[in-house]
Amino acid sequence: MNSYRLRRFKDRLFSILGLLCVIIAVIPLGSILLEVIVRGAPVINWNFLTQTPGAEGQSVGGIGPSIQGTLILIGLTSLFGIPIGIMSGVFLAEYGHNKFASLMRLFNDVLTEFPSIVAGVTVFLAVVLYFGHFSPLAGSIALSFILIPIVARTTEESIKLVPNSLREASAALGVRRWRTTVSIVIQAAKAGLITGSLLAVARIAGETAPLIMTVLGNSYFFQGFGQPIDALPLRIWRDALQPYPDIQAAGWGAAFVLIAVVLTINIGVRLVARGRHGFGR
Amino acid sequence: MVSFGRGDSTFKLIAGILAGSALAILAVSGYTLLTGALPVLNADGLYFFFGTNWNPVIGREIFGALPYLLGTLVTSAIALIIGVPISLGIAIFLSEMSPRRVRVPISYLVELLAAVPSVVYGLWGVFVFRFYVIDYIETPLSNYLGWLPAFSGTPFGLDILSAGIILSIMIIPTVSSISREIITAVPNSIREGAYSIGATRWEVIRNWVLAYGRSGIFGAVILGLGRAVGETMAVTMVIGNTVGPAAVPTSLLKGGQTMASLIANGFIEASPGTLEISAYIGVGLLLMIVALIINIGAQLMVTRVLKVKRGAIE
Repeated sequence: MNSYRLRRFKDRLFSILGLLCVIIAVIPLGSILLEVIVRGAPVINWNFLTQTPGAEGQSVGGIGPSIQGTLILIGLTSLFGIPIGIMSGVFLAEYGHNKFASLMRLFNDVLTEFPSIVAGVTVFLAVVLYFGHFSPLAGSIALSFILIPIVARTTEESIKLVPNSLREASAALGVRRWRTTVSIVIQAAKAGLITGSLLAVARIAGETAPLIMTVLGNSYFFQGFGQPIDALPLRIWRDALQPYPDIQAAGWGAAFVLIAVVLTINIGVRLVARGRHGFGR
Repeated sequence: MVSFGRGDSTFKLIAGILAGSALAILAVSGYTLLTGALPVLNADGLYFFFGTNWNPVIGREIFGALPYLLGTLVTSAIALIIGVPISLGIAIFLSEMSPRRVRVPISYLVELLAAVPSVVYGLWGVFVFRFYVIDYIETPLSNYLGWLPAFSGTPFGLDILSAGIILSIMIIPTVSSISREIITAVPNSIREGAYSIGATRWEVIRNWVLAYGRSGIFGAVILGLGRAVGETMAVTMVIGNTVGPAAVPTSLLKGGQTMASLIANGFIEASPGTLEISAYIGVGLLLMIVALIINIGAQLMVTRVLKVKRGAIE
């Protein structure tokens, strides 16, 4: 009887410990969000979002170029990264039952966890040095190293969920297989594809490390495709290293904008996807 | 399904080539980094792997990457020691113990930790978390265990321990969500069998569920390790960024440097064509090799156990 009570006690104890683990993990999340809101939100106003950063110690100044730069980088990266990612996902899902495909799937998974700073160094050597200047294009090539495997993976997942009966019905009508894939399968999996692409965009919006040596950063608005540009995460990093409280506050403001965008995408996608075959785990 | 005509093979070919983009990216990275690192490997040879000095002064150049390799290993080890038990606790709680209704919301919350950009962790680390680390972790450690070499030094908050703790938070979503999937994939017949011989819930988890999912959970831990090894910005901002022999991680309460943070800090200051930039590229190559070994191992372990594939965000 005693040993039974001990076992019951242990059982309760570990339930409580499990709950404790959840609480420990959620505290930092709460603290980060709270601090970003408390320190970042007061800085936000129209000028802050649209102006260039002022000189050091000057209280006016904004993060306009950083927002513009991040939008340009996201746009460029999506332009070529998302189609490549979707096509490789389509291949892995539709023609994925062979050695080649499983090997490519493994490489894709490995690339998902590839250190992003190494992507930056590679693109610096292969693109920046080759053209002789930092550029938005170099930045988006580095970011595509991160985006492509994520999009490929989510595309594969959502295409696998498309029931085979749709493919068979299409084939029975005499539609070619590639037409079936493009017009039927991808259409059916569209929600998943959009979800995956949005999550990948949210991920690259916050990437800093590969941008250090590819787009460098800039205090001015876009000056051409052969010039450095700024990005929100780079601005946060540079501002955090400055000893001036005004500039640090601008860093928190930039973090507020970045977090707002990233979390809106993440939470929004989940709320929309809920009820649709439980996508996104 | 049968293919009809030429359109199909063209489509398959294009898709197949694009599916190879991941391999192409890895191959191009490996090749560029290797050629870029050759000058420093020729000049310093084995010293590059086992030396501790880092001197970019022209004429007296010498580069050893050992301190940064050790820095990466020590911070990642701290991350695993703190992060893995918490992650497993979360995974077990969410898959076996919690009421069904709270499972989805809680797992969303935990996974939001993965959505927070690394640089925001860094910002929070420098201006907020650092002071908690000083007051509640490092000062007690230094007072009571300061006589140990591993805890010698003044609590400053920008050191190896802070970096390790921030990393432990960052690996929680990865490790917990994959372990949760592994645990969920354990067949129910195992649980039923264990309950039928009178085991309590905790005994079922410990003696059957965890034992059954052992290798998959190990894979999840290794994936967390891979994430910690490659993490850059948050670590760069809180680790203190020492260079040379001072970066050898002899104490947790001392500034240090990881391979990734060294590159983030110094790479852009080095001029192209010098031995210095080659040394940074060499460190990048080393980081890539370490990350590749860890990740390939982990992927093989996880996929073998888990036929049901994971989702996209980790």
